[in-house]
Amino acid sequence: MLDQSEGYTTADGRKIGPVVMEMKNITLRFGGVEAIKDISFDIREGEIRAIIGPNGAGKSSMLNVISGFYVPQEGQVFYQGQPRPPMKPYQVARQGIARTFQNIALFEGMTVLDNVMTGRLTHMKTGLFWQSMWKGRAETEETVNREVAEKIIDFLEIQAIRKTPVARLPYGLKKRVELARALAAEPSLLLLDEPMAGMNVEEKEDMSRFILDVNDEFGTTIALIEHDMGVVMDLSDRVVVMDYGKKIGDGTPDEVRGNQDVIDAYLGVAHD
Amino acid sequence: MFYREAGEFSTTYKDDSQTFPIKFDRWRYYFVLFVAVFVIPFMVNDYWVNSIFLPFLIYAIAAIGLNILVGYCGQVSLGTGGFMAVGAYACYKLMTSFPDVSMFVHVIIAGAITAVVGVLFGLPSLRIKGFYLAVATLAAQFFLVWLFNRVPWFYNYSASGQINAPERDTFGVLITGPNTEAWAAYLFCVVFTIVSAVIARNLTRGSVGRKWMAIRDMDIAAEIIGVNPLTAKLSAFAISSFFVGVSGALFFSVYLGAVEVGEVFGINKSFLVLFMIIIGGLGSIFGSFAGAAFLVLLPVALKVVGVDWLGWPTDIVAHLQLVIVGALIIVFLIAEPHGIAQLWRVAKEKLRLWPFPH
Amino acid sequence: MSEAFLYTVEVFLNGLMAGVLYALVALGFVLIYKASGIFNFAQGVMALFAAMTLVGFQNGQVPFAHLINATFGLHVTTFGWNLHSTVAVFLTVLVMIALAWAVQRFVFRHLVGQEPIILFMATIGLAYFLEGVADLMWGSEIKTLDLCWAVGACLPQGGNLWIEQATEGLGGEGFYGFFIDSLDIVAALVAMVLVAALVAFAQYTKQGRAMRAVADDHQAALSVGVSLNFIWILVWSLAGFVALVAGIMWGAKSGVQFSLSLIALKALPVLMLGGFTSIPGAIVGGLIIGVGEKLFEFLIGAPFLGGATENWFAYMLALVFLVFRPQGLFGEKIIERV
Repeated sequence: MLDQSEGYTTADGRKIGPVVMEMKNITLRFGGVEAIKDISFDIREGEIRAIIGPNGAGKSSMLNVISGFYVPQEGQVFYQGQPRPPMKPYQVARQGIARTFQNIALFEGMTVLDNVMTGRLTHMKTGLFWQSMWKGRAETEETVNREVAEKIIDFLEIQAIRKTPVARLPYGLKKRVELARALAAEPSLLLLDEPMAGMNVEEKEDMSRFILDVNDEFGTTIALIEHDMGVVMDLSDRVVVMDYGKKIGDGTPDEVRGNQDVIDAYLGVAHD
Repeated sequence: MFYREAGEFSTTYKDDSQTFPIKFDRWRYYFVLFVAVFVIPFMVNDYWVNSIFLPFLIYAIAAIGLNILVGYCGQVSLGTGGFMAVGAYACYKLMTSFPDVSMFVHVIIAGAITAVVGVLFGLPSLRIKGFYLAVATLAAQFFLVWLFNRVPWFYNYSASGQINAPERDTFGVLITGPNTEAWAAYLFCVVFTIVSAVIARNLTRGSVGRKWMAIRDMDIAAEIIGVNPLTAKLSAFAISSFFVGVSGALFFSVYLGAVEVGEVFGINKSFLVLFMIIIGGLGSIFGSFAGAAFLVLLPVALKVVGVDWLGWPTDIVAHLQLVIVGALIIVFLIAEPHGIAQLWRVAKEKLRLWPFPH
Repeated sequence: MSEAFLYTVEVFLNGLMAGVLYALVALGFVLIYKASGIFNFAQGVMALFAAMTLVGFQNGQVPFAHLINATFGLHVTTFGWNLHSTVAVFLTVLVMIALAWAVQRFVFRHLVGQEPIILFMATIGLAYFLEGVADLMWGSEIKTLDLCWAVGACLPQGGNLWIEQATEGLGGEGFYGFFIDSLDIVAALVAMVLVAALVAFAQYTKQGRAMRAVADDHQAALSVGVSLNFIWILVWSLAGFVALVAGIMWGAKSGVQFSLSLIALKALPVLMLGGFTSIPGAIVGGLIIGVGEKLFEFLIGAPFLGGATENWFAYMLALVFLVFRPQGLFGEKIIERV
């Protein structure tokens, strides 16, 4: 069992800090269907935490609970040590939680740069009056935030398509722009919903490199859902395994790999 | 050959976010401004002002307002006529209650009052979307027109139920009433139009503009990345209604001088302004101007061709106009959903490379 | 029974009758919306167009007479015959089918896959276009519409004597019985038959099944061999037919004129109440709006608010209602996903 307060050191020598987010006994129902049944786990500062499981296991629902889109019927979410009251998704975002989506949710009518700049919206506070004047506060704020956005654009190597409307981009680039938008918010917790779905091997390698770099350079805590086992085992520090809305495993990749329930869930076993 | 941007590089983010980053465009913009403010007022007569310039300038403000709501924030409204009526009646009440105050103040306050009413009718947008919302805004249209028709306080208990603009001035120059000079009315409106366009541009290129567009393109994702839909939508309703209210106030006080609400601000007015932004270009300030110009000039042109040249009766021309406008809307939606503004953009791209496109 | 109560009942009954007419127009909307996702704002103008065409055929008007006269300096007005109602209705149905084909061929075929709101705006353009064409074709003056199949077998006019006599004296000396327009009763009966026929068509015929399949999923319907083009023309034709019926009823009541297309806008709040996808919803919504606006005008509007509240009551009711139940009475629940 891992030490609850101190954190730990990973095999590659990174220091993982205290618990940032803790899910306690979360249960989520849609009508009569229980999508998540009494699940508890935590995410520690600086770690890459994966949530895996077969289709329909409730992974995306879990991510939606974390980002505030669904409110669980039972259980409590703790964020930075505090119990989090039920709040709207935009309030969650303002607490420093950013995410990407399984089916890309970019703003198709805007350019790449504008999309990335929307990630900065939680940091931009100038009132309507000053914005209508532009010169002065609004322009300064725009420039400061543009610098951050450009840093991210640089980091993810999408400078060339800066002014291209998102609707014209191919799938792989869209995924990267979406990551850029989430990163632009400078989140303390980054949620990635299947960042590599539908990508070929090269694109997956690129994306894996970016995820590791983000974690490394910005120290961002990352929780991700992914189907590609190889990727998950390589990237993540700890893994939660879900099946039919229940947690069936939790631990380092190696521990999870050896877990009999997990093997059953993936390879299939007669349910009686 | 007309158009070169080679050799122009923005070296700061500030330069890059200008409205006209290309020097040629910038100078052309200054030139148009100069002509509009310093040349046209000294050249126009009553006919040109009353049948072309005033309606164009005033509709352009309304179109900018509606474009913010529909083109930028994605909330379709069919209540523009009703909101213009609010601006007109607010302006009328202010003009008659405070005769000594400058018209500038009246028009701006009328816009502010319309903004409040707009927010009120925008509240349902938090729950309902798409054409449900469009139909809901019809409630504003019909209710407001009825209100100004039936509650005598709004038209100062006049026997005819009409409102008439009394003579009012600003800086000692008559702006309203039958004795107004054409250039004064023109100049008064042109100032409002230019300021409206600049403000609209500033808002739409900054953070609030991005909030609106995020809501337009995908409202759920917008909320998850931190946009509060309540403030985003309501600010769009407020600012849009402000501009529409200003245009309504000008439409009544400077342009028409007398208004019967059902006739002037009926549902057809709502459609007319909506058509302007569809034809001009959704989500484009320039498009608002282009659409307003187009739909102001079309009836004038049709009248010249149909009535004056071909000698047709006016009712045929009026019906023909319906057919043409309806067909144009469909054609634009099919061929170029971004309207004249997009055609202009494409033409510029071509011009930039002309005569060596490869 | 007190007189005030009886008057209220009379208003209620008249509201029900008006509601049936609203439901009739709303039905046209639901048909098109279910099959193609198009919210057809032009439905009202289609009713106007149909009624004008019918009158034009009946009176033997020359189409585009004004335009022809103005262009060529002629003075044609009519062909000089009066068509029998049955023939005129038949011809009008043909025109509405041709219109359905044209709308599909020239407008919506080019807009397949566009966002619903774009389609909606296209129908507003279509409404303008059709209105202009109708005016150019048949002239914009108010026309009276009267259908007669034989001597004495016309659409009825005026109050229904039978009901009036049967209820006379209910409220004592001064009460003359309920006044209910005979035409409204006919309209109600026709509407009921029409609804029953449409439901039967959608449920039990091959085309009806194909229609529902298209409504569910375009791609899937295509893949099992349903012709989208055919279904859409069919649906627009049906909507055109419904528009014709509504146009006849309203035209006979208050003359064929532009306001007919505005009254048809009343069908919009009906839809918002009933839900865009539900035929029973359209009917119940129509009745609620019809009764609601008449009662509101009678009890509150006329005495306290200066009257003419019918102009907006339906929209306000729908607006308030939607805020609490965005999918309408019978609409499917909206589930948001990311």
